[in-house]
Amino acid sequence: MAPPPEHRRPIKRAAISDQQRRREVALRLQADRRSDAQNRARQLASSVLSLGHEPETEPEVEQEQEMSDASGQLSGRTDLDPVRAARLRGPEVRRWFARQLMLPEWMVDVPPLLDRDWYVFPRPSGKRCFVVSSNGTTISRLRNGSILHRFPSNLPNGARTKDVSGPASSYSILDCIFHEPDETYYVIDMVCWRGYSLYDCTAEFRFFWLNSKLSETGASDPPSQYHRYRFNVVQIYECNLAGLQASYSGQVPYVKDGLLFFNKHAHYQAGNTPLALVWKDNVCSQYVLDTDSKGQIPSQQQVVLELQNDGNLTTFDDPPVALGSLSRDLIAQSGLQVGNLVRVAIRDDSVRLVDGKLDLGELQLVGKTNHSRAFADTYSKVLFQHAARHAPLRIEDLVASIQSNSSMDNSQASDVEMEG
Amino acid sequence: MAMEITQVLLAAQSPDTQTRTLAEASLKQFQEQNLPQFLLSLSSELSNDQKPPESRRLAGIILKNSLDAKDSARKEYLTQQWVSVDPSIKFQIKESLLRTLGSSVAEARHTSSQVIAKVASIEISRKEWQDLIGKLLGNVTQTFAPGSLKQATLETLGYVCEEVAPQDIDQDQVNAVLTAVVQGMTSAEPNSDVRLAAIRALYNALDFAQQNFENQVERNFIMKVVCETAVSKESAEIRQAAFECLVAIASIYYDYLEPYMQTLFKLTAEAVRGDEEQVALQAIEFWSTLAEEEMERQDDCVALDELNSPVLHFHFIDKALESLVPMLLETLLKQEEDQDQDDTVWNLSMAGGTCLGLVSKTVGDKVVPLVMPFVERNIAKADWHSREAATFAFGSILEGPSVEKLSPLARSGFEFLLSAMKDQNSHVRDTTAWTLGRVFELVHRPTSGDPIVNEKNLPGIMTVLLESIRDIPNVAEKVCGALYFLAQGYEDAGPSSKALTPYYESIIAALLSTADRTNVSNVRLRASAYETLNEVVRCSYAPETLNTTAQLLQEIIRRVAQTVELQVVSSDDKEKQSDLQALLCGVLQVIIQKLGSSEGKSVIIQAADQMMMVFLRVVACHSSTVHEEAMLAIGALAYVTGADFAKYMPEFYRFLEMGLTNFEEYQVCSISVGVVGDICRALDDKILPYCDGIMTILLKDLSNAMLNRSVKPPIFSCFGDIALALGEKFIKYLPYAAPMMQSASEMCMHLDTTDDDMVEYVNQLRRGIFEAYSGMLQGFKNSDPDIMMPYARHLVQFIEAVFKDNSSDDLVTKAAVAALGDIADALGGGIKVLLADSSFYNELLSECLLSEDYTLKETAEWAHTLIQHALQS
Repeated sequence: MAPPPEHRRPIKRAAISDQQRRREVALRLQADRRSDAQNRARQLASSVLSLGHEPETEPEVEQEQEMSDASGQLSGRTDLDPVRAARLRGPEVRRWFARQLMLPEWMVDVPPLLDRDWYVFPRPSGKRCFVVSSNGTTISRLRNGSILHRFPSNLPNGARTKDVSGPASSYSILDCIFHEPDETYYVIDMVCWRGYSLYDCTAEFRFFWLNSKLSETGASDPPSQYHRYRFNVVQIYECNLAGLQASYSGQVPYVKDGLLFFNKHAHYQAGNTPLALVWKDNVCSQYVLDTDSKGQIPSQQQVVLELQNDGNLTTFDDPPVALGSLSRDLIAQSGLQVGNLVRVAIRDDSVRLVDGKLDLGELQLVGKTNHSRAFADTYSKVLFQHAARHAPLRIEDLVASIQSNSSMDNSQASDVEMEG
Repeated sequence: MAMEITQVLLAAQSPDTQTRTLAEASLKQFQEQNLPQFLLSLSSELSNDQKPPESRRLAGIILKNSLDAKDSARKEYLTQQWVSVDPSIKFQIKESLLRTLGSSVAEARHTSSQVIAKVASIEISRKEWQDLIGKLLGNVTQTFAPGSLKQATLETLGYVCEEVAPQDIDQDQVNAVLTAVVQGMTSAEPNSDVRLAAIRALYNALDFAQQNFENQVERNFIMKVVCETAVSKESAEIRQAAFECLVAIASIYYDYLEPYMQTLFKLTAEAVRGDEEQVALQAIEFWSTLAEEEMERQDDCVALDELNSPVLHFHFIDKALESLVPMLLETLLKQEEDQDQDDTVWNLSMAGGTCLGLVSKTVGDKVVPLVMPFVERNIAKADWHSREAATFAFGSILEGPSVEKLSPLARSGFEFLLSAMKDQNSHVRDTTAWTLGRVFELVHRPTSGDPIVNEKNLPGIMTVLLESIRDIPNVAEKVCGALYFLAQGYEDAGPSSKALTPYYESIIAALLSTADRTNVSNVRLRASAYETLNEVVRCSYAPETLNTTAQLLQEIIRRVAQTVELQVVSSDDKEKQSDLQALLCGVLQVIIQKLGSSEGKSVIIQAADQMMMVFLRVVACHSSTVHEEAMLAIGALAYVTGADFAKYMPEFYRFLEMGLTNFEEYQVCSISVGVVGDICRALDDKILPYCDGIMTILLKDLSNAMLNRSVKPPIFSCFGDIALALGEKFIKYLPYAAPMMQSASEMCMHLDTTDDDMVEYVNQLRRGIFEAYSGMLQGFKNSDPDIMMPYARHLVQFIEAVFKDNSSDDLVTKAAVAALGDIADALGGGIKVLLADSSFYNELLSECLLSEDYTLKETAEWAHTLIQHALQS
């Protein structure tokens, strides 16, 4: 019997060689792990990789309606080396994680060139969280680092299904607001996508990427067995008159809580940043004035500050701003310790603005804050809350600023012409 | 004058060892002392009809081996050696060879024509021996040339065409050669040996005939003569050779085939139905080749823009389908007894089934209605030939048609197939088991809405498979294949793979006892059983099978330990032992990967000591296949144990070193290099104590000319792994590794890129080099990035050169772009100097941003951001 011609494989002869398959699998795993290792070194937020090891904790109940108003934390991204961060366990992970969100400052005056350099969108009301998909699971974490949900999703590597694109351990991180009424995650920013960090990308690029990538995954599909929650993008506008108007009074499928402004050129920066701003009034938010620990709006403005060892009460800015102090007697008398967060009330008549700086004058101790509260107020929040009670920054002011910008542009243009 | 070496050549073939050794030594001495005279003597021995055939034969063999070798380095050496021989001696040798073509001894003529072709392969491209073709043509066009001379000359022309590249012969000569060859094929040539030599020469000359095929008149003439030869009455050999030409034409000159298709269909159909088997097989091969050609063109049409596609596609298979399929189905009924005992068997039925499979892949759904009536008509007939052919036909068309088309057929056919596993005829059972395997491989989609294997029929399927695995070895082997693909369907199928859980234990038990079958003449059965076990483990639903897999782990460890105790007397025993150890290490590797990536990780960690112990014992047995498999398993284990792997290093290092220095069995070497990477990622800088040794060997490997080149790219990647693991501690190796990377990157800019294999190699090398740079840049980033500054300059140049060269694949481009980003990441503002004079990186990145490969696109975006950031800092 003659052998088959060269190159012709008889159909009945087994085509599989498991040895070859083993080699290929080993090579593929090696290549994946090499690129994982390299990506980790490439400063991607690899702490995420360790998250699976943390024992699940009950999400802590958020006392406040909004996520960002308790803001004030170490500014800037932590310097902790991500490779070492990846080895953190338990509470350390939470702490590390809690510092990774970008927190908008409160808008106390209108930044210049609002219409040219900024985006605006109506902020969904709900729980601000980081959503991480990796290794077949999706985990959402609240701003204090505790887990909100652990679930399967259509995000890359977000469920244990066949995903042909990329290694299973590459992860994606989204900055979201979980909106309870329709159980939807509204994605307001994209931090990492399939292992590629967007930290150092401009907001302009991040939003572009967010819009094009999210739709590729089916993450916005309605919930199903392997996709517990829907992810929706928020419509983002150029901050011109039309964009501002649409954000302010346009219909959205969620409960609005103020407006968020993002500087187009700003990178994703953990902690407080003046390159992202929040603004609200009674039209676009139900929660303009801050509530006290019982959820009531107090008659006098209250702020939460951190007690320092010199008795000063400071905001959680970097560097912290001292807004007042407590006497040693009072500290001893109330059993307060350094580092405690205390709630104080402001007497309106004693507040003064000196050279744009806030001087609160006499402070009245209300008490310690609820233990779930992790951070003091920021300076910009105190300022905004104060203004909201007395001379709020109104939507008309924003509109006026945009209008004056455009007329200024014209005058500048004509100036150049005249000089020429 | 040539020296008489007849006696020495005869003595070198003596049955007496001492005589032989002496003679070989003296030949060697002659060769070393005076090569030109040595070659001359050999050629004159070959040409002399007075000499005994044995000495002439050996003379010819030594001559050939002095001109050509398989190994490319050796071949180059021999070429240079021939080139440097004195021209007058070369002239004498060549004249003598040409003279031999007229010898009355057929074997001498044949040998001489081969040697001439080898000389031609060296000389023609150097524009030497320009009169060779003329002289050969002179031989065939002489009016009264003896048939033997014509035959030998045509054979020589064929071999020369085989050796020489088309561009090295000018068209005039090609025309003359083709004229002479085609002349030799026509019925005007009375000698059938000459006609056979002529048609075989044409086969080799087809590559040269591009211009002649473009010309309609010439093409018509060539096709006419070939077709006439295909029905020549003289001998089956001639007709077979003519069909071989048609097969080659189908693939080389597809574009010109259309006008001849009707004739060709008629010719092939007649041959398939009525000619001798060797001719019929070639006629079937014509259609197999055409089908493959059309599939390739289909792919090209899709790859290129469909509208502007320059690729011709005539859909010959599609158009011939209604006649072609019945013709092929007839061949399926021409089985031979006992054909299933031998898996290299090639007969009408096998060739027909293979062709039918290719036709199905080409036309898809359309084949189904043409085949199913045949299946239904024959499947229940009394004659086993009919039943086997029916099942074989069904099995052959399962690849190509859509799953939607096949699912209902497979579903309704299951019961029949399962009952046919009890057919009294073993051929029928063999083909049935194979067909079940094909159904599972190609139609079984557990995650689809309506899977063909479901909870209703799975119990029946499992009962039959687990019973039939005890059938005769060739059937059992096919049953293993069926289980393999049945399991494979559940790979990555999530909870759907729970379906197999109830059978998991009994499948494992059946496969282990199949592997233990002793009286097995079929050597592949044991391997199939273990390999199927691998797939069954891989595709099992981890949460439910963990305990059973953990038990299997213990059983396999036990089996490996047992093999070490086996008594090894003969080399045959040794081979059996290593084969078994290799298979078992393979199973361990799969279990480590399976359990290591799930909740079973602790099982692996607990058994790690035990496993390491058997691995080390097995590796100590010194067999390459075992070494390779054990290394793969050890790499997988290192990944699971992580830093704890450090405790095995003192013992394991010795074997790692052995693997890394195994030049002869380069796959062992290559796998060992990969394992170094695994260990780096497991140990991080704890690998430092071993790095002096590892780096020394790797550097040596790189400069070792004997080491298979495929190992070198992974070595560069491995440098990256080590650098990343060591961080700043890599500094002591940097002065050694970096120059290697530089010289390799320069070298791979100058390699021949017309050769596909070379292009592939160059791409792997480039990727390895980029990965090495990336690892180093990232490794030094946090401590002393500036140390990379001088190397980064070179890297930028290399990236630019690779970008401009255009032969890179996407993986290389991605590695290049990632390395570019790493420069920016590590050096920050330092990149300004590096990129000051170049703008290529913008072009490179923009090109990548347009890529359809999302990972490339994203890497480019990432790199772009980092570079912008660095440039603005």
